[in-house]
Amino acid sequence: MSPERIGVYVCHCGSNIAATVDVEEVALWASEELGDRGVVVARDYQFMCSSLGQELIEADIKEQGLTRVVVAACSPHLHERTFRTACKRAGLNPFLCELVSIREQVSWVHTDRAAATEKAMAVVSGGVERVTLHQPLEPLHVPIHPATLIVGGGIAGIQAALEIADSGYPVYLVEREPSIGGHMAQFDKTFPTLDCSACILTPKMVDVGGHPNVTLLTWSEVERVDGYVGSFTVTVRKKARYVDESVCTGCGICTEKCPVRVLDNTYEAGLGYRKAVYRPFAQAVPKYPVIDRENCTYFQRGKCKACQLFCPTHPKAIDFEQKDEILQFQVGNIILATGYDLFDCRRIPQYGYARLANVFTSLEFERLCNAAGPTGGKIVLRDGVTEPATVGIIHCVGSRDHNYNPYCSNICCMQSLKFGHLVKERTGAEVFNFYIDIRTAFKDYDEFYQRVLEDGVHFVRGRVAEVTDAARLPGEEGKLIIQVEDTLLGKQRRIPVDMVVLSAALQPRQDSTEVAYTFGIACSANGWFIEKHPKLDPVATMTEGIFIAGACQGPKDIPASVAQGAAAAARVLGRIHQKELALEPVRASIIAERCSGCRICNNLCPFNAISYDTARMITEINPALCQGCGTCVAACPSGAITGTQFSNEQVLAQLYGLLLLNVSSGPVQQPQPALVPA
Amino acid sequence: MSEPFEPVIIGFTCNWCSYRAADLAGTSRVKYPPNIRLIRLMCSGRLDPTFVLKALAGGADGVLITGCHPGECHYLEQNYKTLRRFTLLRRTLAQFGIEPERVRLVWASAAEGARLAVEIGKMVEEVRALGPLNWQGVIADDGDPPIAIYHPQSEWVQGVAA
Repeated sequence: MSPERIGVYVCHCGSNIAATVDVEEVALWASEELGDRGVVVARDYQFMCSSLGQELIEADIKEQGLTRVVVAACSPHLHERTFRTACKRAGLNPFLCELVSIREQVSWVHTDRAAATEKAMAVVSGGVERVTLHQPLEPLHVPIHPATLIVGGGIAGIQAALEIADSGYPVYLVEREPSIGGHMAQFDKTFPTLDCSACILTPKMVDVGGHPNVTLLTWSEVERVDGYVGSFTVTVRKKARYVDESVCTGCGICTEKCPVRVLDNTYEAGLGYRKAVYRPFAQAVPKYPVIDRENCTYFQRGKCKACQLFCPTHPKAIDFEQKDEILQFQVGNIILATGYDLFDCRRIPQYGYARLANVFTSLEFERLCNAAGPTGGKIVLRDGVTEPATVGIIHCVGSRDHNYNPYCSNICCMQSLKFGHLVKERTGAEVFNFYIDIRTAFKDYDEFYQRVLEDGVHFVRGRVAEVTDAARLPGEEGKLIIQVEDTLLGKQRRIPVDMVVLSAALQPRQDSTEVAYTFGIACSANGWFIEKHPKLDPVATMTEGIFIAGACQGPKDIPASVAQGAAAAARVLGRIHQKELALEPVRASIIAERCSGCRICNNLCPFNAISYDTARMITEINPALCQGCGTCVAACPSGAITGTQFSNEQVLAQLYGLLLLNVSSGPVQQPQPALVPA
Repeated sequence: MSEPFEPVIIGFTCNWCSYRAADLAGTSRVKYPPNIRLIRLMCSGRLDPTFVLKALAGGADGVLITGCHPGECHYLEQNYKTLRRFTLLRRTLAQFGIEPERVRLVWASAAEGARLAVEIGKMVEEVRALGPLNWQGVIADDGDPPIAIYHPQSEWVQGVAA
């Protein structure tokens, strides 16, 4: 005899259920056959979800002292909340109500009335057995710390930082390089409007740099993230700059006096030089330089110190004794905006990059075009003086190619069109674009394509087979010959050019999988961070409190990155305003006395909710990190892990009910005690 | 003529994909045989292999395990763990002398209502063809080893004896 007082409510749903299932018979059966199992009331009603239907349940809870409620109606995904709320109004814990589906999973999919009615009975019986073992639960409330960590100071991170900081909440912006700005700071013009990239970016960089709510940590990396949504503890390594930021005025005299010239592979993409003490570019934020230890004469040979000697501040801002600093702080939410890496064009040897001098990558070409770049904005060959008379631009280098990356890199078409336009505008050279498809799908993009067509840029449809300097025909001497099958003409062509630009693919950051691991999120097979839902939740991740924005989620251009940065900020601000977050109480927990410390469960959790306590030699589960999948519950050989709302006992009880082992008319006279643990 | 055998099949579904596929089958009014009774779990990774054994021991003639397609798990990768357990479980069941067709793993996304219905239909037919399992009662619950293992006609015993 069950100690619980259970009410069973069978819904007609007009004729949706009643047409196929004899609902009155089901209710009658439940009150007669399941009386022993605790059912004290069983009713059928036209529309259980109507206010009258809900009042019926509420009245029974109050008058009949029901302790459990089973509603047999539509899918729990539709009305579970409705009936839980009704129970709550009547003073019953909402988790003591179970909604079983006899519409989507019985009446709508079956035609035989007798069989459907019998199945409905079994489904109700399963619900009754399960609900008996339900426990009153409360949603888990976690407070949300108002600060936010943003990783990556490219345009997406900058946008997110400004949105949050402008709303009055503290932001920690962590950037690996000496300055924020990201890839956008390297570009010359932005498509399709041809705005100067620096002109629209640098004001935002300055805003971030001087914002009272932003703590800017450049030349820093996140080492560790502990905790969970609402209260993450972040450990950041602030690498030694060897420059005291509290004294430095950013005058630049140290850079001027430094005797070492270093090839700048990062900002200038290998086309220009910088000093050993340097700012990546003139408008860098923050303005303080960094000493590059590997190339600094003092650090390598023990003497020089020219920078310190000439530093005009008192005390000297140059500090060779500076050490890496480890900072620790609390944040409530994290936004990852770590951007992308450019495809290494040397991986396609037939295109000749790094072998043939005048083959450039897209990033190198951006620097060539940039007025602040190594050539002062002149488009010239590697010799630094000769203007090209013909330029070939190859699309989809490393994209849409199963040997490298199967995906489309999204920006290359527009970028190549922009390059074509800039070459035409600045040199008057002839331009050939080699493309597979032209993808100009956003606002004003196709108009730009039309404009470039009118500029007289040539388009050859076909994937380039080879770029070579081996001349075969007259007119090819001293040129780079692009061998391509023109698929519109249907013939092989050899097009001699002076300069080749490779529109290289966007790739996930080299360390994206490690970063994903640090933050407890997932990467797709290609290495991009995975969003919670590709359409309906594009900036959240499966880990509560971690958001993603910009190209780290997949190749995207500046407008899309800015939109995602703002979207992630809006999501975070919503959280901060709620002040606390209610988490579903479907969680796993460990019964410490039963845990043998075998650690079988330790590697099963993708959310890092499971940790091993070496002192007590048992495993622990952090309820705020646990997402409630139950994989560890199923794996525990000692039965030490239980899942609220989906415990072994509850699932087996439902099974017992579904198989009708609980009723005398069922297939077994005596219920098997072993099947339902007490 | 005796009535045709109507098998009872227990289906384990994932809250995020296959349970929603079952809902979709309903809203699209796709028909399938009423022999299956579904249990909702949060994830196929929650499926303890003993659930399957208990179901078979309790009178089910077959068990259908469903989850998200590989790579689509709501909890990132837990369905791969289901796959591992399923592979192991099938071997165990074979040793018990249970036909492998009685326990089946089907991936069904939330959009595959019709496909899930087809798979259920196929499974019901196959299990019907196999006949009743009648494991219940064969297995004693007093802690003694299940009788089926020692059954002289059990393939496993024959295999060992040979």
